[in-house]
Amino acid sequence: MERKLAPWLYLALPLLLLVAFFLLPMGMAFVLSLKDYSHALYAPPFAGLLNYRVLFSSAHFWQVLLNTALFTVLVVPAMIILPIPVAVLVNQPFKGMPIFRILIYLPVVVSLVVAGIAWKWLYQSNGGMNWLVSPNTALLAVAIMVVWKGLGYYMMIYLANLQSASNELYEAAEIDGAGLLQKHWYVTMPHLRPAMALVAIISTIGALKVFTEIYVMTRGGPVGSTETLVYYIYDQAFGNLNLGLACAAGFILMLVIFGLSLLNIKYFYLKAEKEALNA
Amino acid sequence: MRKFALYGVLIILVIISVGPFLWLLSTSLKGANEPAFQYPPVLIPHQWTLHNFVEVWQKVPMAAYFTNSIIVTVLSVIFNLVFSVLAAYPLARFEFKGKNAIFMMILATMMIPFQVIMIPLYLIVLKLNLVDTHNAVSAYLGVIIPFVVGGFGIFLVRQDMVHVPKQLEESAIMDGCNSFQLLMQVILPLIKPTLATLAVFTFMANWGEFLWPSITLTKPEMYTLPLGLVYLQGAFSANWKLIAAGTILATVPVVVFFLLLQRYFVSGTLSGAVKG
Repeated sequence: MERKLAPWLYLALPLLLLVAFFLLPMGMAFVLSLKDYSHALYAPPFAGLLNYRVLFSSAHFWQVLLNTALFTVLVVPAMIILPIPVAVLVNQPFKGMPIFRILIYLPVVVSLVVAGIAWKWLYQSNGGMNWLVSPNTALLAVAIMVVWKGLGYYMMIYLANLQSASNELYEAAEIDGAGLLQKHWYVTMPHLRPAMALVAIISTIGALKVFTEIYVMTRGGPVGSTETLVYYIYDQAFGNLNLGLACAAGFILMLVIFGLSLLNIKYFYLKAEKEALNA
Repeated sequence: MRKFALYGVLIILVIISVGPFLWLLSTSLKGANEPAFQYPPVLIPHQWTLHNFVEVWQKVPMAAYFTNSIIVTVLSVIFNLVFSVLAAYPLARFEFKGKNAIFMMILATMMIPFQVIMIPLYLIVLKLNLVDTHNAVSAYLGVIIPFVVGGFGIFLVRQDMVHVPKQLEESAIMDGCNSFQLLMQVILPLIKPTLATLAVFTFMANWGEFLWPSITLTKPEMYTLPLGLVYLQGAFSANWKLIAAGTILATVPVVVFFLLLQRYFVSGTLSGAVKG
């Protein structure tokens, strides 16, 4: 009897919270996205797909999508590639290496607000060359800060994978006369391929959801050049109080991220799950 | 020679990663007669002073920001551990109808971006009166409620619980343990490192969280540190020495914590990798 009832006793409270604070708001977000808040904050009328039509016929929203795409393109390839040589480097058995690793990792542990302020000051210290104040360079300036903050994180992911590479492969490559670069190209890179896929997925999801960095460093400016999707959602919801439009934009974000999350869960979570069961 | 070159590259990397903080630290230590920025930049202050730290502590309620951040973070960590363990235990150690469906549902909640549900969530929190116009306790609850349980924590704990050998469980039941005693006395002690990892992960996520508290909190005395820093930056935008001092103050505890618990910080962020 105890074995039959017990699982549900343990699950009850966490499940209730998940339903109340994840699934319920999810459903509500969809319903809100179908309502027209543009004239009435209280009791807004049902408006079908109006908000979605408004979004896609708005030049402003297309600009926001373009900014978000551009930001993602600036950040993701750098996140996939740059940490690899760094990981290979800190994987060398040198004296004091743990200290170097920890210092390179430091930006990961400080909060986004702190990192944003530090970089804003750094750019501002550049005087007339402040990249944050020009619409041509502001998005790039934010992207650089994001890559800087993520470098140590992805370095650790690659490092964990490098440490599981077998020495035999490297030794075999050496016997075949491979040089340092060849060894890494033919042995390290194929070994890191699954890790690169993981980094590609999570850094894309992260880039699409960028918000705090933008809020702290540029507030979407100058002239909307750094206004990305989540900033737009935030601004529509809590600035313009157009909750319907904000939720519709949120749903568009969700559809984009959904496919990526599905890949993430299928290839990485369920694989980890299988390994756990086989261990 | 090769060793020299590699150390050189490492030092450049360290300068890049730590440099922005050192510049901030240098700015925060500069005296009243020294401009925050001059050309060419001066990294080592001519006159050292702690005055900016005293001033920022007096001008904005830094003590309140710290208190609020600590309360909110500690509560999130505790709740997250408790609820993750409660949900993970049956999913790892019991056989029951609907188990797989529930596990899949929990995984599915991880695919929901917080930015999509934050608007309805705010309406819910308003309805429940969990905002700071009510009282401090409800303000704290409002800030933590979306983060008290999550698919990620449940997944992480469950994955480790699955490993606990069946024989240990059987012998504990032979000794007359019920399922709760089994959890507390046999299983939890065996998965301590995972619990520590989850604790550090939750600590980091909540200590730095800006988006959600910026929605629910309106009173400056209820602000957490990230909100306080953004406020400081807006209110004293011309005084970078003050902003730098406040930012350094807010960062010191995290850095100290990190240096003490490096191992768990790294495992905490890495296990979060699959979370995205």
